[in-house]
Amino acid sequence: MVVQAAKSRIVRLEGVSKAYEQPNGQAISIIDDINLELRSGEIVALLGPSGSGKSTLMRMIAGLIPPTQGQVIYHDRPLIGLNPGVAIVFQSFALYPWLTVLENVELGLKAKGENSDPRRQKALRMIDIIGLDGFENAYPKELSGGMRQRVGFARALAVEPELLCMDEPFSALDVLTAENLRFELLDLWIEHRIPTKAILIVTHSIEEAVILADRIIVLGRNPGRIRAELPVTLPHYRDRKSPSFQALVDQVYKILTNPEILAEAHQEPTTVSQPERSTPAKYQSLPQVRIGSIAGLLELLEDRQNKDLYRLAQELLLEVDDILPIVEGAKLMDFVKLAEGDISLTPIGQEFIGGSIDDRKLLVRAQLTAHIRLVQQICNILQAKRNHRIAEELILDILEKNFSPREAKRQLQTVIDWGRYAELYSYNEPAGEIFLEQVPDDNEVEVETPV
Amino acid sequence: MTRSLTPNNQTLGRANWTLQDGLLILAIISLILVIVKTASHFSGPYSTDLKIETSLSVLPGYTVQTLLRMTLAYFLSLLFTLVYSYAAYRSRVAAQILIPLLDILQSIPVLSFLPGVSLALIALFPGQRIGVEISAVVLIFTGMTWNMTFSFYQSLCGIPRELKEASRIYRLNLWQEFWTLELPAGIIGLIWNSVMSWAGGWFFLMAIESFTLQDKDFRLPGLGSFLAKAAKEQDFWAISWGLVVLIGVIVLIDFFVWRPLIAWAEKFKVEMIESQNVPQSWILDFLRRSPTMRVLSERLWMPLQQAVDEGLVRAFPVRTLPSNSPGRSQVVRWVNWLFMSGVAFIVLWGTWEAVLLLRLLNWDDWRHVIVAAIVTALRVTCAIILSLAWTVPVGVMIGRNPRLAQLLQPLVQIAASVPATAIFPVLLIGLIRVGGGLDIGSVALMMLGTMWYILFNVIAGAQAIPGDLLEAAMIYKLSRWQRWKTLILPGIFPYLITGIITAVGGAWNASIVSEYVTFKKQVITTTGLGATISEATAQGNFGLLLAATMVMSLLVVLTNRLVWRPLYRLAQEKYQLLI
Repeated sequence: MVVQAAKSRIVRLEGVSKAYEQPNGQAISIIDDINLELRSGEIVALLGPSGSGKSTLMRMIAGLIPPTQGQVIYHDRPLIGLNPGVAIVFQSFALYPWLTVLENVELGLKAKGENSDPRRQKALRMIDIIGLDGFENAYPKELSGGMRQRVGFARALAVEPELLCMDEPFSALDVLTAENLRFELLDLWIEHRIPTKAILIVTHSIEEAVILADRIIVLGRNPGRIRAELPVTLPHYRDRKSPSFQALVDQVYKILTNPEILAEAHQEPTTVSQPERSTPAKYQSLPQVRIGSIAGLLELLEDRQNKDLYRLAQELLLEVDDILPIVEGAKLMDFVKLAEGDISLTPIGQEFIGGSIDDRKLLVRAQLTAHIRLVQQICNILQAKRNHRIAEELILDILEKNFSPREAKRQLQTVIDWGRYAELYSYNEPAGEIFLEQVPDDNEVEVETPV
Repeated sequence: MTRSLTPNNQTLGRANWTLQDGLLILAIISLILVIVKTASHFSGPYSTDLKIETSLSVLPGYTVQTLLRMTLAYFLSLLFTLVYSYAAYRSRVAAQILIPLLDILQSIPVLSFLPGVSLALIALFPGQRIGVEISAVVLIFTGMTWNMTFSFYQSLCGIPRELKEASRIYRLNLWQEFWTLELPAGIIGLIWNSVMSWAGGWFFLMAIESFTLQDKDFRLPGLGSFLAKAAKEQDFWAISWGLVVLIGVIVLIDFFVWRPLIAWAEKFKVEMIESQNVPQSWILDFLRRSPTMRVLSERLWMPLQQAVDEGLVRAFPVRTLPSNSPGRSQVVRWVNWLFMSGVAFIVLWGTWEAVLLLRLLNWDDWRHVIVAAIVTALRVTCAIILSLAWTVPVGVMIGRNPRLAQLLQPLVQIAASVPATAIFPVLLIGLIRVGGGLDIGSVALMMLGTMWYILFNVIAGAQAIPGDLLEAAMIYKLSRWQRWKTLILPGIFPYLITGIITAVGGAWNASIVSEYVTFKKQVITTTGLGATISEATAQGNFGLLLAATMVMSLLVVLTNRLVWRPLYRLAQEKYQLLI
């Protein structure tokens, strides 16, 4: 890093953290102690699972959100308010539906106060570069998704930003359109047809990061912090089939699937501040997946020779963000084990596949009560209460000590779904109550020391 | 009042009980007080001798005057809406006060504003017609503005986050942001609510244009006073001509103003999917294709717009950003504090004054108000149940039969757009002949004003039931009763609730005009809260007016919060068809 610092720095993050205070006074940390530099001439990818705060980080660089701690430094001066050198391409395109393509592209120039003639010239030139000719007077709703995102690009590039930020710009598009647009963007970048000095792309797709980026920053979850920083030295127009490409993807996969591994290339131990980790989350963070998906994964793993998780995802056409939660769920219930990016069934997992529906339910039930803290807690409270009912707010209150309100709701949904599958408890949606289906006899109660 | 209330109008879905609710109740009292108080201070001669005629030759002139009043009131409402909602949207502190206040203002029946506003303005311009004119405009404004304001505020709050971020990141100044983002985002709701507001304006026109207090007469020449006078004199010829002109005007406005506007507003939909049933307007198509309009827009409108835009950008160069400097926030805190304490002071003073005025009432008065409230509540319930009894089956039938819907919907719309107050006199004659008088008659009058809301919503709900659910009901051979119980009633439930909420509000408001009617040069009245308010107004008994208005507002606010909103939430959560 020291060597590269010679290149001109655009943005530097110094110990940036972001936390939100909950209504109950608890602070939920979204991003924790990030140190990062963006230099001119490079494409940087922010890669991480959902909930790693990568979009928040990008918004802090753009100056839309102020950090709670630390500083964003733009050209050696601390940033206050919006970053003057940044334009954003949004995931949802964020086009104004009532403005035409041309008006949308002109918007940023208009706000800068440019006169109408040069403004129109610039906008038209950008529309030409980005391949939107002929659609100047169309409204966004007349366009396909890919064309809409082109408008997003043209609008951002028209203001000639120093740093182009992209928030999952291709994730709302279909596979082929996305691939096409990615390479067109790369063309513009490599041929220097756009004056942009650096690009920051937020993504959850490993391959997208490896194809585009000169440097990949892998973020971890809860709270978001830098897990690894990987330089990509492959020359551009990278071949997905080449061994070096595959090796890199594998490496990222390993980092993402295995919380313990820190990348070899990552030589900055300061980013992982161990002491703060000493207060472990009281509850595991449950991935939001259905038991059915986990069962599907286990079925696929049976008799499978190639244990490589990345290959499996590729065959299933699943992004990391789709497959990781399933794997995580299976791991939490001890159905699979992971080692070095390889996945294999445990004996319990084998037993699950062999069983009938009822056997499977029993197995899940046993695993949930044995491993999942939240499930244990709910069962205990249900047993303890005389009417065997609890209001969901109670569980939410407990969860909100560790999670944001939205995440707490997701956790609750997952735990209700799993518990219902295992027939541990039932749930009445309109009343918002978790309850025991039948009141168990005393002798049927599991052998747990009564308090 | 001519259109269904469902998704676009956004009159529902506000926050739950909050801390402000305590303040709210006190504020209700003091606000009503201020209005009533201005009335009680009035003393002074008013001596314009305006005579309302009922000959046909005056009708065109009267219509123009009425339209002018309505238009002025509408633009006043629009201005108020934009300023008020924008202030509430931009400032969190302002929102904490402005939004509950809006809830109160909305619940006060328009006609309770009447004496206060008129007398104050007449006192301002003693002996001049202009005072009465302004007061009429202000009164129509109070009937028009609240729902528009609510709708616009909610649209502002519902702007997608990324669109807001885009306008920040591309550095639009506040002026540009307003025109490119905030106004367009709210315009659909604004137009639909404008339609409702005009209907509301027509509804109270008769009462507003022919207002008399004690022995004083503040009538204004207009369509409303024409109809009122004709009814009083039982001049059928004049009544029917007045009605014909009124309906004609309403239909024409719909065709030349609202339809084109609604069709035009389609382009402001935030959804990126082209919908199937796009409103069409022949007028709009004509205007869009007209070369004259194009030239005008290119030569005149665009350069003007550009000049204003560029001038502003130069005057206020790129938005200097809200830094976290302590000085600024200190100032903001001070302003907020001043604002809050000012409001608190007004509320406390108002409450105190209200107590003083209410002390003049004796126990009998209070008992009278409470009995009247119960009677009117019963009447409102009756009107709603009777409306439901016929609108649900008929609405479902119309909604499930596309051909019938196509045929009947315009007719129903016209029927609903006729302000019920204008038909009251005709109906009354019939009712009095049949017997039963106003006791029962007023229920019929309330129904006339409110059942349309329910009908429209039922039709919309029935149309929204997916065809495959009906097919499934047929495949599994559900009996007629089972089909209604398991599919149709749950399917239309959310729409039904929306319709009923609006209808109940309308029924309370209508009670004021339907329980106390001047007819054949005599006053016909029955026990009820509406009659109490009308009587108190006519006799200048301001204590009683205050008490009755307060009770009515509180009843409306409380039933909204305690009954309708939970039901609405249930409808949203359980009976929403997710297809």
